[in-house]
Parts: sequence; C-alpha cells; structure tokens
Amino acid sequence: MEYPAGLKYSREHEWVKLEGSVALVGITDFAQSELGDVVYVELPEAGAEVEANNTFGVVESVKAVSDLYAPVSGTVAEVNQQLNDEPELVNSDPFEDGWMLRIEMSDASEVDGLLDADEYKAFVEEESA
Amino acid sequence: MSEPSGSLLRTSLYDVHVEAGAKMVPFAGYEMPVQYAGVIDEHNAVRGAAGLFDVSHMGEFEAEGPGAGAFFHRLFTNNVKKLGEGVVLYTAMCREEGGIVDDLTVYRLGTERYMAVVNAANIEKDWEWMSSHKEGGDLNFRNVSGETGLLALQGPRSEEILSAVISGGGELGAITYYTAAMRNPAGCEVLVSRTGYTGEDGFELYCAAGDAPHLWRELMAAGASKGLKPCGLGARDTLRTEMKFALYGNDIDETTNPLESGLGWVVKFKAGDFIGRDALMALREKGLSRKLVGFEMVDRGIPRHGAPILIDGKPGGVVTSGTMSPSLGKAIGIGYVPISHSKEGSHIEVDIRGKARAAKVVKTPFYRKGED
Repeated sequence: MEYPAGLKYSREHEWVKLEGSVALVGITDFAQSELGDVVYVELPEAGAEVEANNTFGVVESVKAVSDLYAPVSGTVAEVNQQLNDEPELVNSDPFEDGWMLRIEMSDASEVDGLLDADEYKAFVEEESA
Repeated sequence: MSEPSGSLLRTSLYDVHVEAGAKMVPFAGYEMPVQYAGVIDEHNAVRGAAGLFDVSHMGEFEAEGPGAGAFFHRLFTNNVKKLGEGVVLYTAMCREEGGIVDDLTVYRLGTERYMAVVNAANIEKDWEWMSSHKEGGDLNFRNVSGETGLLALQGPRSEEILSAVISGGGELGAITYYTAAMRNPAGCEVLVSRTGYTGEDGFELYCAAGDAPHLWRELMAAGASKGLKPCGLGARDTLRTEMKFALYGNDIDETTNPLESGLGWVVKFKAGDFIGRDALMALREKGLSRKLVGFEMVDRGIPRHGAPILIDGKPGGVVTSGTMSPSLGKAIGIGYVPISHSKEGSHIEVDIRGKARAAKVVKTPFYRKGED
C-alpha cells in the first residue's frame, strides 16, 4: 500500500496535492484497493461548487457504488476527462493519472484539518484492523 | 460444511479460499469468496480459458423411490416425466398463485432417483414447501446440502482441464450439454454435470463436501498452465448477467411469475398438472402486463438493482440487475418494463441518482460467443 509523503489525506480516503491555491484531488491507493476494479467515475462539471465533506461524485466498481467526498471547499477548475474512458486509471495509478479534480480552494485553512501521510497510514491501519 | 463464524456458515473450501487470497463476504448465510485477484480478470479467464468457482453453498435435495418422479413433476413447471436417466432439466417451482418459489436444476440420477439443486438462500424455504407436498408419495426425500460439495469449472478449456485429472481422461465427450454422469477426477467420486451459469462450456462437479478441497487443488494444479483462475461471486454475477440468466432474489422472486420473467420456456402446460398451472394459464389468457428485458445504457451510468425505470418520464418499471459488462465494455441491465416497451429497440430511461438517463431494450443474451 502506498502513502506518498507530501500529500494531504482525508478520512474519506481522498488525497490532496497542493498547487498554490489549487487542490488536486483523487482517491488513495487504499481506497482503490478496497473498491476493486473501477469501471465508472462520475464527476462534477468544471465551474461547479464543492463543499468540504460533502459528496462531489461517485466511483463504481463492478459490484459497488461509492460516494466521493470533497476534502476541501471551492470551485471545480478542471476535471480529469480521461476517467470517462479509462476509469481503470484509478486502480493502476491512483496518485497520478487517476486524479479526479482540480479545486480552486475557497478556504485554504481547511487543509490544516487533513492528515499527513503518516497520520493517514495510522488511520487506515486502525480502521482495517 | 457448517462451521459457524458468528452466524455465517462456511463451505469445506473456506481455508482454500483464504489461502488463495480471496476477499470473503457474506452471501446467502455463507461466508463466500467475492473475488481473488479481481472481478474483471476472473471474468475474462472464464470467457477466454477457464475459471473455478466454489458453489457448495447451493442446496441439494434427493428424492428416491417409486413416487419420486411424480413428486417432482407436480412441484416443477418443466416436464420431469420426460427426463431420461443422466439428464438435467432447468425449471421453475411456483406457488399455486404462480409466484416463483425458486428456480433450480433437476437431475434424474437413476430410475427412481432424482436430485434438485436449489439456491442457497432458499434451502429452508424450498425444503418446507417441497416437504409439505410429499403427502402419500412412496419416496425418501433427503436434504443432502450439508454433505455435498459443488465446484463449477467453467470456460472453453474446462474439458481439457477436467480430463487431465481423470485417469484415462474420463471420456468427457460422452457427457453432453445438460447431462451428467459419474467420473473419478482426482480419485474422488464425482457427479460430473455439463451445466453452468456463465454461458460457457463447462462442468458442475458434485462431490462429498470433504473431497472438495482436494478436488479444487488438483484442478487448480492441472489448470494453472492453461489459464485457469479461481473465481468468486463477483465474476459469477457479471458472467450470468451478460447471458441474462435470472438470479433469484434479484430478477425473480415470489412476486414475479415465470411467464413475465422470461422463463416461459420452462413452463410446460401440456405436460400435465403442476402447482401453479391454473394461475399461469389464467395469466397467459389475460395477457402479461410487464416483461423482464435486457437493456443497455445510451447515456453514461451503470444501472443497479432497484433503480426505477422511467417510461415517458414516469416510473414504469424497475431495474433488477445491472453491471458494467467486462466482455462488451458497456453498461447493461435487466429489468421489468411494461409490455408496450418490451420490444427490442424500445427507448426507456433509468433513474440513476435522481437523473433520468437514456437506455434501450436490446436482444439477449447480451454476450454471444465469437461476437466480442
């Protein structure tokens, strides 16, 4: 299981990579491995408003539908359109090509409430114990 | 096969699954493997080579004696009377009102010996229903579910793999589609049945529960170089959905009847009396109001069990099964629609998370060998 350092993590298993005032968002390696083969991703349109801890879309494996929760609030600046045709990127490359949204943050201080890699790893190990 | 873990039962293969890295989930009261490496890989193994499934959770009832044939004939909608020795029959079992108690396969194992193979979730219910109709019959009716192991070896390379674990090869060619005979794979006493739930060639292997782990390991060893993979319930579901094979509890249940659910072909009105015949005759006279159809999504989204089907914008049906089809690469579904919209090409919509999404009724099975 990978927990790249330098990223921030939510308790809903999303990761955040900070690019100035923009947050790049995806789901973690742990999340994709729990889901199994991802076959469908539904994301908001660019320009949509998302709110921290609220759902912004769904990810579906063959068997199950799971909600995606925004780790931070803001406006969707860009959506990974590649996931429409290649949802399996979420499995094969969750931290790079499997990214989901770029969010222009409305409140950068929300990032302080997220976990760092070590904290998230401990959280996962506790949750799956 | 009944070591309880909490309230869940385990098949005799539980340890084998855990060793193989299976993800275990509760299903029909059992702790069963939903996947090993991944559903799509397993699905593709069955379509392209072979897959091995543990389906020991299913129920087996044996009826033996002079009254056994008549007993089954009265319970089942299909014609048990014409069933020859060594032949298998798919059938529905209905209530007097025509609702489906279960769908099952029936085996004639000897002149006066039959076996019914029922869905795991229905074992108790079926046993009660069937036992209550035994009155006066000269027969011995036994529930042998607990002592019976059942493996499904499915896929185009199944015969080759099974043959490799039978000394002398087993002359499996003699066991044609929907027939069964005794063989000795891996040195075990096995009823080898050329049947399955995937749309591929393959076998269902009935053995003593205690022999199942040995049989499983020998088959896996013989098949490893031929692309054989252990497969879980996830792949079993995508494979059967691509064939539009009904799953009890999803597509059919006591509120549905065989005529509307596409099982009319196993209802033999002319074969004599069976439970539910009058009600089904009346339904046929009156005409059906809805039908179970296959559809594919036109808009994006995956239809899931329970999602409303919209006709002209209004609720008019319901999705009973749906998945992303690994073989076809598109979202497919099964559901009840009004007769008016049951023809191939009919436009319907599926309410997915509150949004109406276009779909169209298509010919089934969704998947046909050689067309992918």
